[in-house]
Amino acid sequence: MIRLRALLLKEFIQMRRDRLTFGMMIGIPIIQLLMFGFAINTDVKHLPTVVFDQSYSVEGRELLESFSASGYFDINFIGRSFTDVNTRIDSGDAKVGVILPPDFAQNVRHGRSASVQVIVDATDSMAASSAISTAQTIGQLRSQEIMIQRLENVVGRQDGLPYDIRIRPWYNPDFVTAFYMVPGIMGMILTMTMVMITSMAIVREREHGTLEQLIVTPLKSYELMLGKIIPYVFVGLVQATVALMVGIIVFDLPIRGNLVELFLYTLLFIVASLSLGILISNFSKNQMQAMQLSFFVFLPSVLLSGFMFPREAMPEFFFQIGRLLPLTFYLQIMRGIVLKGVGIKALWPQVLSLAVFSSIVLTISILKFRKKLA
Amino acid sequence: MWAVETNELTRTFGSFTAVDKVTLHIRPGGIYGFLGPNGSGKSTTIRMLCGIIEPSSGSGRVMGLDVATQSEAIKEKIGYMSQKFSLYDDLSVRENLEFFAGMYSLSKALKNERIDEMLRMAKLTGREDELTANLSGGWKQRLALGCSILHRPTILFLDEPTGGVDPKSRRMFWDIIYELSAQGTTVMVTTHFMDEAEHCDEIGFIFEGKLIASDTPSRLQKAIPGRLLQIGTSDPMEMMEELKRKQLPVLDAYAHGAAVHVRVNESELAAFEGYPFHIIQPSLEDVFVHYVKEKRQEVAA
Repeated sequence: MIRLRALLLKEFIQMRRDRLTFGMMIGIPIIQLLMFGFAINTDVKHLPTVVFDQSYSVEGRELLESFSASGYFDINFIGRSFTDVNTRIDSGDAKVGVILPPDFAQNVRHGRSASVQVIVDATDSMAASSAISTAQTIGQLRSQEIMIQRLENVVGRQDGLPYDIRIRPWYNPDFVTAFYMVPGIMGMILTMTMVMITSMAIVREREHGTLEQLIVTPLKSYELMLGKIIPYVFVGLVQATVALMVGIIVFDLPIRGNLVELFLYTLLFIVASLSLGILISNFSKNQMQAMQLSFFVFLPSVLLSGFMFPREAMPEFFFQIGRLLPLTFYLQIMRGIVLKGVGIKALWPQVLSLAVFSSIVLTISILKFRKKLA
Repeated sequence: MWAVETNELTRTFGSFTAVDKVTLHIRPGGIYGFLGPNGSGKSTTIRMLCGIIEPSSGSGRVMGLDVATQSEAIKEKIGYMSQKFSLYDDLSVRENLEFFAGMYSLSKALKNERIDEMLRMAKLTGREDELTANLSGGWKQRLALGCSILHRPTILFLDEPTGGVDPKSRRMFWDIIYELSAQGTTVMVTTHFMDEAEHCDEIGFIFEGKLIASDTPSRLQKAIPGRLLQIGTSDPMEMMEELKRKQLPVLDAYAHGAAVHVRVNESELAAFEGYPFHIIQPSLEDVFVHYVKEKRQEVAA
């Protein structure tokens, strides 16, 4: 106990002396939250659009009007030829080209199908799919309106649509990206700082030669591991608190679930990430290796955990790899508590997974570190 | 009981044998000097005894405890100071001492008493609150020594403790070692300074991983056959050529600073009448040269 206390005291003194790192640990969550919270938006609107309208008709203008009214297309360029449209899209000035043929209006008026060509720059698949689905929806809506009008003219009475699909987007009805992003960013920041800081912890002592001095003392392996983890649990909790406060104050993030539960599971996630960092530190020979290994963990965490891309769309193999990452479970927990307001009754599998993960990884670290250099 | 005893202790790194079947015995209470050039296996031996690295084969006991199986029990009884400075640069002098006092679970009262004692001993009183990074070489080394003897170890292992330190600091350092030894601590110290070795009660020579001699300095000096002559010259190399050309009855000859050391049988001293020689007492360096050559001939034969 005396040994562990001395080790903790030492870690806190060193943390206090290293002002820059300490400042970064608190500053990073704020800056990243603001950056990502404001910048990232998966709902791609305001795509620059070039239009080549060969019909010069009311119908044509009405259709184009609904394109720009949707908010997804900004008609910035009027083309005079197909070449104009090509040039605009090739140069990247426009992401979307809308071409109405000369017989467009005639076809509409005579009840024939009027074709509209929509060219989409699919180099950016997210923007492209947003453009495609909106264009299709606009087309369908306009078609329906025209069909209903024609039916009215024929049968003389107003008919409703045969199907009426009513969509209720639960938990985040207004699709506020920040609500969805902030819990994710919190998990990402915690992963990054916790894994990286502890991955340095033991390897740094190894590089400075202080580990050799520790090895000749009666200090136990588990005491060393705990001494390296406990101080950063506090740092992690401070980071999480700061991040949540930024979320609430700047982005009006609702916390629908229990705050105590949220902190409890965050604590568990912090311990899981720290254990992973300690494991990396045990395997690394120098700080460079530790850094690279941390990134090796960090990138899959961001890409496979469901933070950036929905896990449902992943091939089985990668889906399963995602289940080895603490961030995957933490994201489900955070979104569950913050947005859905659910608790342990719904989240126990994730909480259990985090607990199992931490104990396994920590045990490996303690066993692997045999208080020997070679 | 021996303070340290090893039996064919060996450590290999890949195909390189750093320590080759070293068998040595160290009496409790004395200062044992472990001498040899860089890379001869001094540090590796000490690191095995302290439980920092594992022996590849052979066995070793420290205070009767086995280094392979009881290294944690050994750690309670020993102090170790490595050749590389290994305290925390970003802690103050007192914080470093307190940290290591904590590592040895000293009680609060005992801790304060010992820390004050160490500060006095290392002549660091008044600089307690300075950051360790700001101390210069000699001070750092005395602090490191202080940290490694806070818990009053029975055996103290010092691995090249005075490397890169000025002569005055080296003397201060050795004064502390004498005092510890006088208080009954066994000290095992590696060095490549032959003058430091003369201070030791016993000396072991290690060369290319092998222990080539181990005894008291005076007995080692007496063990050299013949008499040692020192011949002053401005060109030692030329002088050695000359000795060879004239086929003088030389047992051994080698350059030593601005002189040549020549070992001859007592009966053949007359052959050197024409040279300005003195008969000198062999220094430990001469002893070392003798043993290394002997070992080489043994290996060649």
